[in-house]
Amino acid sequence: MTLMENQSAGIPAPREITTKPRRSDQIFRAVVTLGGMSSLVILGLIALFLSIKGFNVLKVEQLSFITESKWEVLQDAEGKIAESTFGLGAMLIGTFLSAFIAVIVGVPIAVLSALYLTFYARGPVKKFLVSLIDLMAAFPSLLFGFWGFIVLMGSAEYWAKLLNKYLGFIPIFDVPAPIFERSPFIAGLVLAIMIIPIVTAISREIFDQTPLDRIQAAYALGASKLSMIRAVVIPYGRGGVVGGAMLGLGRAMGETVAVYTVLNVVYQINWQVLFGAGGNVASLILLKFGEAGPEEVDALMAAGLVLFLLTLVVNAISDILINTFGKKGR
Amino acid sequence: MQSTIPTPQTPWATSIQQRLNTAGLILLGAALAGAAVKTTGLSGKLGFAVSFFLIASLLIFIQQLRLRDLAAAKDSLLSSFASLAIVLTLIPILSIVGTVAVKGYKGIHFGMFTNDMTMASVNDPVTAGGLLHALVGTIIMVGVALLISFPIGLLTALYLTEIRGNLARPIKFLVQAMSGVPSIVAGLFILSILVIPVTQELTGLMGSLALSILMIPTIARTAEEMLLLIPNELREAGVALGATQWRTVSGVVVPAAKSGLVTAVILGIARIIGETAPILLVSGGADALNFNPASGPMGSLPFYIWKAFLTGGTEEAYARAWGGMLILLIFIVVLFSLARYLSGRKVA
Repeated sequence: MTLMENQSAGIPAPREITTKPRRSDQIFRAVVTLGGMSSLVILGLIALFLSIKGFNVLKVEQLSFITESKWEVLQDAEGKIAESTFGLGAMLIGTFLSAFIAVIVGVPIAVLSALYLTFYARGPVKKFLVSLIDLMAAFPSLLFGFWGFIVLMGSAEYWAKLLNKYLGFIPIFDVPAPIFERSPFIAGLVLAIMIIPIVTAISREIFDQTPLDRIQAAYALGASKLSMIRAVVIPYGRGGVVGGAMLGLGRAMGETVAVYTVLNVVYQINWQVLFGAGGNVASLILLKFGEAGPEEVDALMAAGLVLFLLTLVVNAISDILINTFGKKGR
Repeated sequence: MQSTIPTPQTPWATSIQQRLNTAGLILLGAALAGAAVKTTGLSGKLGFAVSFFLIASLLIFIQQLRLRDLAAAKDSLLSSFASLAIVLTLIPILSIVGTVAVKGYKGIHFGMFTNDMTMASVNDPVTAGGLLHALVGTIIMVGVALLISFPIGLLTALYLTEIRGNLARPIKFLVQAMSGVPSIVAGLFILSILVIPVTQELTGLMGSLALSILMIPTIARTAEEMLLLIPNELREAGVALGATQWRTVSGVVVPAAKSGLVTAVILGIARIIGETAPILLVSGGADALNFNPASGPMGSLPFYIWKAFLTGGTEEAYARAWGGMLILLIFIVVLFSLARYLSGRKVA
């Protein structure tokens, strides 16, 4: 009797069952969510402030800012700006030109390297090669630029002359004057070397995800490595590899220092890749920034905005490709 | 009856005979390539390399075709090209490291760690002046950038792995997009939002802010990968013991991912330590020692190299630039090896 009384007295009131998070959790989730939004905020601010600064120039130039190829600030006797024209066309062409050269040269090498690392190399050799290539991806662009200028220039010039000699009848390999140094071709080669480790790393990751059972099935049916890769690996990883190549393209388009060092930055339209003149948007910004007056700084901000949007679009496409094709095969 | 135990066989392995054959073919290819360089108009190492590769892969192709069939011969062609690709990838790496080591060695002297460039110009003998100011500037700028980026990067990673809200997918995409922002745009952004309208002064702090924009995505992505490695059982165990999510994350998940988070920090530092373009735009770039990031221009290793390389032109200036480059490269290699070592240890 006393026992039961004691028990009933000791039973606590049932705790209220709730799915509502505690105060500490509410704060935690709010803080983390806020922090998680930072990338959105930063990207938004970049677009906003570059637009604000570049607005005046963009309003005057409108569409001709990207279609015209004239970048001039004329000053009158008192040093005031008499007339200014800002058109980014030539540098946009230069940006695409050098980036495309980089992709055309770099991506096949990178994809074949990734195939080698995934299906040929093994054991410690593979480990060592993978770390070495990952390390290369961390090299600063300054290093690539100077190395390209001092070491690569000589042999690249040799190749450029060879190309010009035997393929000179194709317009883009022709040159108006025999100046082969510091050409978009050489800048493209340096950019190719810069994107090879990035594209290799992504392709290798994609190839690594190829389902083992399909690889083994192909081998069991008597496939050689080549036919296995053609039948299983390529269809499975095609989209991801294209995405990786786009990522490389984005990197190559936004590169500043390496291009500035290697290329002879001149404001002119230059389709002839072997001729030593040209530039890209990023190197133009670096070149003009030093002596730019307020109005030209605004124009450079607008140029930065164009570059930012361009790389954003390229990166978006690459991200979509990697994520949609990277996870499923045929 | 005597039973014999068969010795294990590996009929698929390449025999010594096959290896010798291949080696012989490659040697023959080298000899033929040498002959081709001697007799025809091809010149130098490049000509030799090209003809060697073409001849050797052709010889192996013919051998496979003779011994086996067309499929095997084509297969050998793929392995030739894949080997060529990896060699082409490795040549620049080795050449870069070799060039920096050989040329940078001349630019290294003991006094460079105790002097700055206030009393020396880039064209003076290498022993004059040093890069103390650059070293200090880089360490301060990277340190401040780290203080800004690590919390933001970690919170982003936690949002992606622990909260997994509706916005996780778009945020992941935006982080990816942010890592593709050209470094010069980061510099322009800091100019447009702070330097021109507010401070009107180029300082080390502005450099740090620009570097943060490049550092946050690296830290966020690496930290996310590392947090995903933490087994879900640990989180469930924490919650099952009655811990709130905050206690689970702060007491279980983050400590378990400690070495991974250190890796994220190290990779973030390696990403920005050599960044040049934003530094050139916003940090001013000084030749004198400056410990205060909030006022006055600040030197940095990339700026030191850039200035010596572009404004000099003499042997001394180049030696100085390569010396600075060697120091920078050593930093990057050490950081990278450290990250490798830490992430290789897996989670605690």
